[in-house]
Amino acid sequence: MKVISVNNLTKTFGTFTAVDNISFEVTKGEIFGFLGANGAGKTTAIRMLCGLSKPTSGTGMVAGFNIETESEKVKASIGYMSQKFSLYEDLKVWENIRLYAGIYGVPEKNISAKIDQHLQTLGFEKERETLVKALPLGWKQKLSFSIAIVHDPKIVFLDEPTGGVDPVTRRQFWELIYQAANRGITIFVTTHYMDEAEYCDRVSIMVDGKIEALDSPKNLKNKYSSKNMDEVFQRLARKASRDAD
Amino acid sequence: MLKFLIEKEFKQIFRNPYLLRLIIVMPFMVLLVLPLAANFEVKNINLSIIDNNHSPYSERLIHKISSSGYFKITDVSSSYEKALYSIEQDVADIILEIPSQFEQELVKEKSSNLLISANSVNGTKGGLGSVYLAGIVSDFSNEIREEWIQSSNRITTPSFTIVQQYRYNPHLEYPIYMVPALVVMLLTQICGFLPALNIVAEKEKGTIEQMNVTPVKKFTLILSKLIPYWVIGFAVLTICFGVAFLFYGLFPLGNLSTIYLFASIYVLAISGLGLVVSNYANTIQQAMFMMFFFVMTMIFLSGLYTPVNSMPDWAQFISRFSPLKYFIQVMRLVYLKGSSLTELLPKFFALIGFAIFFNAWAVLSYRKSK
Amino acid sequence: MKFFSASQEKLREMPIDMRQFLIFIKKEFYHITRDKWTMAVLLLLPILMLLLFGYAITTEVKNTRLAVYDPSHDKATEAIINKLQANDYFILSQILTEPNEIEKVFQEGDIGLVIVFGERFYENIMHTGEAQIQLITDGTDPNTATTLTNYAMNIISSYRLEILTTNNIPFQIVPNIKLLYNPQMKGAFNFVPGVMGMILMLICAMMTSISIAREKEMGTMEILLVSPMKPIFIILSKAVPYFVISIVNLTTILLISVFIMGVPIAGSFFWLITLSLIYIFLSLALGLLISAIVDSQLIALLISGMALMIPIIFLSGMMFPVENMPIGLRIISEILPAKWYIVAVKNLMIKGLGFSSIINELLMLSGMTIFFLAISLKKFKIRLE
Repeated sequence: MKVISVNNLTKTFGTFTAVDNISFEVTKGEIFGFLGANGAGKTTAIRMLCGLSKPTSGTGMVAGFNIETESEKVKASIGYMSQKFSLYEDLKVWENIRLYAGIYGVPEKNISAKIDQHLQTLGFEKERETLVKALPLGWKQKLSFSIAIVHDPKIVFLDEPTGGVDPVTRRQFWELIYQAANRGITIFVTTHYMDEAEYCDRVSIMVDGKIEALDSPKNLKNKYSSKNMDEVFQRLARKASRDAD
Repeated sequence: MLKFLIEKEFKQIFRNPYLLRLIIVMPFMVLLVLPLAANFEVKNINLSIIDNNHSPYSERLIHKISSSGYFKITDVSSSYEKALYSIEQDVADIILEIPSQFEQELVKEKSSNLLISANSVNGTKGGLGSVYLAGIVSDFSNEIREEWIQSSNRITTPSFTIVQQYRYNPHLEYPIYMVPALVVMLLTQICGFLPALNIVAEKEKGTIEQMNVTPVKKFTLILSKLIPYWVIGFAVLTICFGVAFLFYGLFPLGNLSTIYLFASIYVLAISGLGLVVSNYANTIQQAMFMMFFFVMTMIFLSGLYTPVNSMPDWAQFISRFSPLKYFIQVMRLVYLKGSSLTELLPKFFALIGFAIFFNAWAVLSYRKSK
Repeated sequence: MKFFSASQEKLREMPIDMRQFLIFIKKEFYHITRDKWTMAVLLLLPILMLLLFGYAITTEVKNTRLAVYDPSHDKATEAIINKLQANDYFILSQILTEPNEIEKVFQEGDIGLVIVFGERFYENIMHTGEAQIQLITDGTDPNTATTLTNYAMNIISSYRLEILTTNNIPFQIVPNIKLLYNPQMKGAFNFVPGVMGMILMLICAMMTSISIAREKEMGTMEILLVSPMKPIFIILSKAVPYFVISIVNLTTILLISVFIMGVPIAGSFFWLITLSLIYIFLSLALGLLISAIVDSQLIALLISGMALMIPIIFLSGMMFPVENMPIGLRIISEILPAKWYIVAVKNLMIKGLGFSSIINELLMLSGMTIFFLAISLKKFKIRLE
């Protein structure tokens, strides 16, 4: 079953083409890695899929809804974690969870059970009453993820979720991702860490707004006769003409 | 959904120490300190006197002036040059020169001249001061005329009396006039400025982006920003009624519910304006400057400090587009004259118009996705 | 590596690298000029304020709507009504037919003064002396009310004088009124110095403090501070663009006041500019001081608004006469830099007095500048170490 299918999606800002005619599909339950150098157009593409930005041309279906005409329905069935930390720092941990559960329409009577469950999964029982601004970065990121899936969305979009996070916490973060995938949530993730790319079922590599390669990490390594994903990435990204932003 | 968002706003407001303090301290600051300062009353005008006559008449005149309550004699000079120097030094505001033949002329020719020179750099003070002084001089000439008439035994003098009456504020107390209007300024800040700055701050921090990927509707999000400030606005309004009563003994002659009704429409209008600003501004600095620009114009043209009727036509025209003007008038009318809704209907519809206009603009200019 | 450390050393030897300083200033200019909204507001603000304060805000009372209740309808009442209408102060807008309409017209809020004549007015003037005019003023605004009553009294008194002179009753003292410095009583003469004091303070102190606070809040200040520039020059480079903008604003204000509003520069131009420059430095020093204390834009905004702008509007004597205020407020007014500046500008610009008239103000402002600059530099040092 396809949960994301994109056809010839393009976004231009003036004369600059940020996303250039990309097409791909993602199946349910998959962990889909969306790779590319800075400025390759990943964030723009994700923003279109989430209904934050309108495509210049092309179509996309997410969770069975058209991203252009049914963006509100799309929003109800996805979770999103942005590159920049964007939870409320002046709210406590449980208050943030409660807020987003409420917004996504989790019934009031289930919310406190939901909070307990998420705190337990995260191992945050002691931090329940902590203001979010007092948490270390890695913890904040784990909390963000947990909140992005608080309403059991069909798909969750993660935009560089582990940027600046230490290796141990990154490890724990990926465990959370696997847990979610096992529950049937499709994961759409961008990252800079090539070791993380290895954890994905399939990865696409974007260069200058176009998708240059899309396959499982194993097949990609074979195709480009590389030892690891880092080499694959280096080969493809070398062709890039855009400067990183 | 709305419930959770409003809950969140309240938690944030109560957790911000500066904001909370501001909201509590402001009503007292504005209502207790500003009326003391924002007072145009011209009193204690400093007078420099050159008495070239030194006669019983000239001394009677000087005595009359100094006991009028408006003037304070701060300088007695022997020449006009010296008196002028005291004006340059800001020791005196007005010079009164009594000619050397003052009494003689009055007795012989039954008329005399006086010279009044006023420093009119500050037009109000100079102008009003000289009008008051001329008034006292004319009273003085009435007085001596009466004496002359009595002594000369003429019976049928044509005369009439002028009776003055000040309605609504018989003792002409300035705070009574300012306090109801200053409440409007407070509401403007709390329900117009604060939600706008709040939204812009979320933009600057990036938290609004997370909201934008949720299924929350534009309308719901905006409402969740406004409702808490409306609640606070009404709480502050009620505190203001209390402060006005406790410190100034001021209670509306009209109906309190009329004020609440108008306040609820006004608050809608002014928070709509705030939202418009927040939609165009990307940083707090920008938002603040736009607000400063518009709100300052509106406040000064609203008649809060100076009467709208005295403004030039173009300013009166612009003032029609200031929602503050209507609500300030309403507050003063209901508080001091006891006007009721029927008399205030035109102002009521004007405010409803503003509320619809600003909020429609705000909703249209708000972009959840670009 | 060798090259790097050598250049580091060289930098340390050099007192100031002017070129680096200029690069920083350029960066600040980019920040400001790219923000179109703020730029527009900064340049339009002085013009708006001059228009508002120079023309719109006037404490003069004009065009008051008048209602008359006149049961007599004789030649005396007619003459008085005509006299009242024959100037800018009053506009006859309603003739009342019954006394109980008075309350109603006041409640609608348009009428400022109701004149009620007694019955058989003229007859009573001539024979019984019991003729009466009632001036009922809307007292809600005391300032307007007293002014209105005074105007009306003067006008009616002149009628009294007329009937007296026609009946050969003497005694009058004619005051000759002379208005010094501002014979047409233009509000601009009073407000221009005030607007100058306000705008320069707004741009220099408020903007500088907010823009430094912003860099602190965003964390970009740290990056600047680790650069080889001396911290003091980084801070100064933030002040330079606002210095330039305030010079532009000062020029705009002076041009508009002289050529459009007809406010003269009666005294020394040189001293006016010198005085203004000192005041600008003073305001920048205050801005630096605020930014040294606070960490967030909102607080910088609140402090500069509460501690600088509101007092300037209300306590500097620009709008409201300071003499009537309670002693506490008068003391605050005395320590406001803007008050000293405004007094000196009035002396120089409007009254045309010489240098000797502003020595006190000049010394006071210079003293304050040095004082604030010293404190803010000290504060910065403490924070940086």
